[in-house]
This record gives sequence, C-alpha cells and structure tokens, in this order.
Amino acid sequence: MKTYDVMVIGSGFAGMAATLFAAERGLSVAQTGATGGIDFSTGFIDLLAVHPIAEQKVWEDPFAALVALRRDLPDHPYCRVSDDEICRALEQFTTFLGRHGLCYRGRTGKNTLTLTAAGTMKPTYLLPCTAWNGVKAWETKAPTLLVDFSGLKGLSARQIAEVRKDSWPNLKVARIKFPGMGGELYPEHMAWSMADPARRAELAQTVAPFVADAEYVGFPAILGMTDTTAVLSHLEELLGRPVFEIPTLPPSIAGPRLRAAFDRGLPALGVRTYTQKLITKAACSEEGFSFTAGSGSTSVEIFAKSAILASGRFFGKGLKANRHRIFEAVFDLPVSQPENRALWHRPEFFDPQGHEVNQAGIETDENLRPLDAQGRVFHPRLHAAGAILAHQDWMRMKCGAGLAIATAYKAVASL
Amino acid sequence: MTILTTRVLIIGAGVTGAGLLRDLALRGVQALLIEQRDVNSGASGGNHGLLHSGARYVASDVEAAVECREEGDILRRLAPQCIEDTGGLFVAVRGDDERYVSDFSGLCAKSGVPCRGLELRTARAMEPALSENLIAAFAVQDGAVDPFMLSLDNIAQAMSLGCSMRRNLAAVSMEVTDGRVTLVRCRDITTGGEVLIEAELVINASGAWAGRIAALAGAHINILYSMGSLIITQDRIATRVINRLRPPSDADILVPGGTVSILGTTSIRVPTPDGCRPSVAETDRIIDDARDMLPILDRTRYIRAYAGVRPLVSLGPAGDDRAVSRGFSLIDHAGEGVENFMTITGGKLTTYRLMAEKAADLACAKLGVAAPCLTRTEPLPPSSMGKWTEPGRGPKSWVENRAEDDIVLCECEMVSRSVIDAIVDEAKDMRGRSMLKAIGMRSRVGKGPCQGGFCGPRITGHLYDREVSTGTQGLAELKTFTERRWRGFSPILWGVPLMQADLQEALHCGAMDLEFGPAPSTRDEESENCPATAFKEPS
Repeated sequence: MKTYDVMVIGSGFAGMAATLFAAERGLSVAQTGATGGIDFSTGFIDLLAVHPIAEQKVWEDPFAALVALRRDLPDHPYCRVSDDEICRALEQFTTFLGRHGLCYRGRTGKNTLTLTAAGTMKPTYLLPCTAWNGVKAWETKAPTLLVDFSGLKGLSARQIAEVRKDSWPNLKVARIKFPGMGGELYPEHMAWSMADPARRAELAQTVAPFVADAEYVGFPAILGMTDTTAVLSHLEELLGRPVFEIPTLPPSIAGPRLRAAFDRGLPALGVRTYTQKLITKAACSEEGFSFTAGSGSTSVEIFAKSAILASGRFFGKGLKANRHRIFEAVFDLPVSQPENRALWHRPEFFDPQGHEVNQAGIETDENLRPLDAQGRVFHPRLHAAGAILAHQDWMRMKCGAGLAIATAYKAVASL
Repeated sequence: MTILTTRVLIIGAGVTGAGLLRDLALRGVQALLIEQRDVNSGASGGNHGLLHSGARYVASDVEAAVECREEGDILRRLAPQCIEDTGGLFVAVRGDDERYVSDFSGLCAKSGVPCRGLELRTARAMEPALSENLIAAFAVQDGAVDPFMLSLDNIAQAMSLGCSMRRNLAAVSMEVTDGRVTLVRCRDITTGGEVLIEAELVINASGAWAGRIAALAGAHINILYSMGSLIITQDRIATRVINRLRPPSDADILVPGGTVSILGTTSIRVPTPDGCRPSVAETDRIIDDARDMLPILDRTRYIRAYAGVRPLVSLGPAGDDRAVSRGFSLIDHAGEGVENFMTITGGKLTTYRLMAEKAADLACAKLGVAAPCLTRTEPLPPSSMGKWTEPGRGPKSWVENRAEDDIVLCECEMVSRSVIDAIVDEAKDMRGRSMLKAIGMRSRVGKGPCQGGFCGPRITGHLYDREVSTGTQGLAELKTFTERRWRGFSPILWGVPLMQADLQEALHCGAMDLEFGPAPSTRDEESENCPATAFKEPS
C-alpha cells in the first residue's frame, strides 16, 4: 500500500490549493477527486464582496468586508483565517498559476467589477489577465466591439450590449463565423485551435472590418488553452487594439484551463493524483487514514498520515442528501443542517438571503479540524477546507475561490 | 381602447373553454375565447393527464364513472393523437380494505366499466415495479392524454373555422343592463390597455376562477378550491396507468407521460386559486404513501413537482373535498336575473368534451341556433400548435431535419435553435410579457433534469440575438422563468436533483450574480403586470 504524508480528498479549488500548498512544503501528497466545481469556474478568484447578503451590500474593499463579516458571523470559516494568511495563500496560489501560463491580476485591497456572460457586472478580487482590458474598457466606458461566434452558445454579445446599454452606450457587436469551424462550436476546440498563429491571423482578419473606431475588442473566452498571454498579445498586435475575454457559460474553458495548469504543475511537485476517483472507503487509526479510492478492479488502496477533506458540497459530492437528512460522504462526519427539508430552501430561488441549505456543512475547531457529534475533534490529523465548511454561502457572498484557497492554506499550515 | 364584438364570448382557455370554442365553431357559431394567462394555465395544465376509464369512480359516483367510460371511448376514437392508450391496472396491497377490493368488479359491471381480474403473477409480469405485497389486481381501460395538445388542437380547429382567441386578456368587470351582460371590460395584460367586448352571450369557463368571473356579473357560485400536487419521475416507471384499489385518497395514481411517470395527487383545501405551489411536506407524503404500491418510488429520481387547483362546486355543507361530486356544473345565470350569462365548471379532463357539448347546447338554445353537436362524431384534426409539447418530438426533428448551423439550446430535451425560432415566430403577439415563458409553455424547454438551469440562460441569449429581448427585459424574463421552474423543483431537492440545483445556483448566482439585477416576478399577477424595474447591481 502506498503511504503519503497527506491525502487530499477533492480536486476543486480547495483540493487543488491544499495539494499545492502541501506539496510546496515538501510533503508527499496524494489527491483524489472527480470533476467538480473548478471545471465550471469562471476563472475569477472572488475573495469577499457581499455582506450582509440579505442587504446585498457590496464592498469595494474585501478586507474591510472581512472585518465586518468576522464581527457579524462568528461561525463563518473566514473567522478561522487571518488576513495575512489569506494574502499569503492567494499569493502562493496565483504565483503557481502564473508559472503555468495563467497570469492573474487585481488591485491590492480592492474588488474589481468585471463583465459576465449575462451582461451583469460581477465584483471579484483577482481576474485572469486575459479579462483585464475589459475592466479598463468598462471603467472608461470606451467604445468597444464585442465579438461572438455563430454556433457558439453560452455568450451573446448582443445580450451584453443590451443589458449594458444605459451604463455603457459605446458597445458595438459583431457575430462572425469562426475560421475553420462550422456547426456547433465548443470553447475547448476553439481555444486549442488558437494555438496556431495562422488561425489567429484569420480570426483577426475576419474581425478587423468591424473594429472601426472601437478602442477595445472583447471576445468570448476561447483565446488559447495553455498560452493565453501569447494568444492575447498576438491578437492585440494584429487588431491594433487591446483585447479581452469574457467567460462563457459552461462548458467554458476557464475551468479546464485551471485544471490543465494543475495537471501540468502538480506532478512536477511529486504529487500523485488519482483522477476521477472518489473515496469509497475510509478508516481512521492513530497512525493515520486508510482509503480505498474508486471501486472494482481499478480501485486503489492508499494510506496517509494526515488528510484534508476538500470534497465540496452537493455538486462536488462531499455532501449527500436523501429526503430526510444531509450527510458527509467520506467519514460520515456530523453535518450542521436545518431541522428538516422544508427549511432547506426558500420559496424564491433568487432570494438575496440565500437558501438555508447553503449554510449546511462541517463544523471545525480553530485549526479547521472537523468535530464529531460530541463537539470534539474527530481526528487530530483530519482537516477540512473549502465549500464543505458550514456557515458560509460562497455564492451570494462572492467568496468561493478565496474561501477555498485560504482555508486550504490554513488546513495545510495546521497539519 | 379596442372594442371587439362576438356572438359568444368564452372566458377561460382551459380544456373546457377550448372544447367549447370548437363545439360552437362546428355548429357555425362565431365565438371568441379569452384567457388571462395562457392556454391550460390552470387545472387543465396541472393534472395527471389521465384518461379515466371510469373505474376510479364506480364506488363513489356512478354517473361520473359512466361519463368517463363514454367520453374515454369517444376521445380514443376521435383524438388519438392526444392519447396514449396504455390501459390501466387497479391494485391493492396487504393492509388495504378487502371489502372494497371484493366489491370492485361488481361495481364496475354496474357502471358498464370494463374490468378484468388478473392473477397477481400476471400483474407483476405486466408491471414489474409493482409491490410483492399485492393482494389484488384488475385490468381497466385507463389511458394517458396530453392536455396541452388536446387544448391546442381544439383551438386550432376552431380558429380554422373562424373563431378566435386572445391570450393575456383578463376580464375585469361587466356591465349588466336590463338583465343582460352588455359589455365585458378586459385588460390586455401585455400592454395594460383596455379592451371592451360586446357579446350576445357570455360563457364562464374559467375553472377555479369561475366564482370570481360570475361575481363580475353579479351572479354567485360557491367554488371550493382543492389543490392537488403531483410529482414527475425522471424515467417512466410503468407502461400502464396504475391505480391504488382503495377509496380515493392521496398518492393513488401513477400515470405515464411519454418518457416519464406522474405520481399523485393530494387534495388540500386552499383559500384562493392563485399562486398554488407544491410543498416539501406534500411531496414527501405522496412518496411515503405510494411506495406501498410501487416500492421503487422510494428510490427513484424525481425531476419536478407541480400543483393544480380543482374547482369544486359546493352544493351542500363542506366536508371532504373528495366527497364533492366530480361531476360538472352547468349553471344558467338567467335564474339570477342575468339572461345571457352561464357558467360551466367542475368536471374532469376526461369529460371536457361532454361539458363543452352541454354548455354549447344551452348556448345554442339561448341563441336560437338549431345546429347539432358534432364533437361526438367528428374527429379532432391534429394541429401543429401543440407539436413541440410532445416528448421526443424535439430530438426527432433535430435528427431528421438538422441543418449544419442549427445548435441545441436545451440539451435535456434536445430542443434546437430552429425549434425555438419556429415557436417564437408562431407566438408573435400572443407571447404575453415573457417570450421565454411562452416558449416554455409550447415546448419541452425547461422540463428536463436541469429544469431550465442551462437552457434558460442560453435561450435568453438567443432571444437577445433575435432582438426579441432588449435592455434588461431578457434578464428579468430569465429570472421569472427560473422562479417558475423553482416552484416545482424546490420540493424534490435531494440526491441528484439537489446536486443539479447546487450547480444551477452556482451558475446563476455564483457566476452571473443574477440575484442582483432586475427583480423577478413570482406571483402570477405580478409576473403579468409589473414591468421590469429596479435594476439593482453592484456599484
């Protein structure tokens, strides 16, 4: 049986971050997980933008928001990490991504509004560099051409221009045929095809007639898979204008880009990843944890001295629910949850208060160690990170990736 | 202001109003059908889609049983495109009332309802999902009917014969002069404008809203509102309709609906027919009860719940709603001094044609028209209006007629852009306030496992591309559409559907911040009347 220092359960933002942080500390790490949240990511790294959610109060300074949040919500997982830890975690995380071709930027201590596929403006903390020119274009309301493609669903330039027309009247749109492809288009195919400089030239040629007096050109996020910076600057050169990307609805390439960066970078740090395998059995002893990952003939046995539970919520399969209760999928840890199913969701989907079920999750101690039914530490070397933690609503607070990365950092630091 | 004149005004485009429009059209009587929302917005769109053999009523209501038997035969013969003639079973399990079981076939015989006893082994071979605890089984002639296609086909033929229909037109008041309704004042829900209608005769076919419409003319009907909730399984559980053989109660019937099965129903008295929605408690109760008959229902995946309000005409002291007659009520308000006004309500989907016939008979007598009813003998021609509501139609069309640049916008039900375009072109000014909602009503869009989570935003983008949506109106429509789906989605969220909902919320709120932006409308009245204002977003 393989023995590792740490087993990371989960391959979303929290799992990837925990794996990275542990490996960069020189620990031997195994990681399991199925397709999850990161694959549906927009690529933005939210830290914290909305609090209290019921008031929909939007903060420009996420650290000021953190002060208020820690004061108002003493059970929120952000109360377990310091600002300093958060900053170091984000720094280490984005440095790694930068080394693997995904450059990030933002304004220190400030949230930035960025365009979504719906045409709404979303506050976020760190943006892929490929989106940055869009921020500048929006802030100056510069004349901008938005391009979309026949056959690509998931982004309508006209929708964005319509939704924004009162606040950004200088938006023009063009729908073009993507060079070399017909029928229904998929962002990932398009992005890979952009690796070819000749294809970029064809694209620029097709777009050029529409540019006119536009000062910026925006595209759906299809500008390269692993070489986004090169693709972007080449297009800028060809069009003579700053270019930016807007993430499309799933399937998008924002998530696969992140996953691919980890796929390239983690093995180099000695990480053993068991992809597309969920933990089917887990046993704890004083020495550590014995896991079975996957089932049937392809299952593997793994032993680890420590473990980090970063298995996400329902979509990530970290939490499961039947008609009567919510339970945790690997250790059957107690899950803090509403009394009954009638209280899980509110009558309105878009209720600003969010659904009570979103607050469900694992209770931990100060060091993010899950608690058992008696409120004691379940195992001294089991930690939890990310969305599985109770008392947070990352979707409405706009803190998904930030919370995942920061708690992963803290969990690893507490090993 | 618009003034319309018509010989007969029918209020309410449920299946009864639709059937009545056709009946009158076939008798050569020009009629106008108006509807405050859309076709089958009320109970006609919120039922099992069960074509009753009559067996359900043999113990409680012999008249209803006979009507169902006769009408079922007529519909099977004359409107086969709307019906899946599945056959049905009545089954009892251990613990059920054995006296009721032993009386059953005799009661069926008395009503002339065909019924054949089955060996338990045979029944379980026919429907393997049935419990091992079966104690009795009978075969009957139940079937499944597509109520949307039925109403749309009725309307289509009537329109081809010169009758007309207006959706999104709500009757708000009536002028009664010398014992006659002389003017019906309506509000166009889409424009907010006033429309006046002059008719020789006004027929109230507004189902659960019949009491309110009657009151506009100063007439009085005591309607009880009985809400019934149903849940839809992800897959089809049984080939046939399966009924629990016991006195009518909750969770007694499982009806096939194309690729799914529909389980229900409950019966809860509600104070108003507006804004009914299924609850978690009801959904649980349905499953907890029905699993005795079909244990698989305890571990099956559900995709949606929904609820409709039965209009029950109260004729005596209030008691159990199921004890109130399921027969229909045809009320001539001449008895209350309004000569040219009548109400047809109550009844069942299966007997809609008979209800329309009886109402049309009375209408013709009042109008002095001698033409006989033809709906009993004339086939109902299939139309194209209801075609996209048919499960499997979208994928079939996509595979057969696929153009290279046609893309699939709804992947659960395989509805392509060209289908959406066809629906948009047909809907035109009948769209009401929301084209997205109109598309949902006329197709399988939003009805698959994602419940609109993915197809909603995609079709919204397409509607902007087509310039059907402008400004923030498209986002407001998306939010309203999502809230409408949520009504039926939220009661069944555990297991895989909960994962789906988690993803949908991550997409709509986590990624697109749609909890900000234009306010959705969730109450029926609001969704129809309130323009999208208050665009709140981060600043």
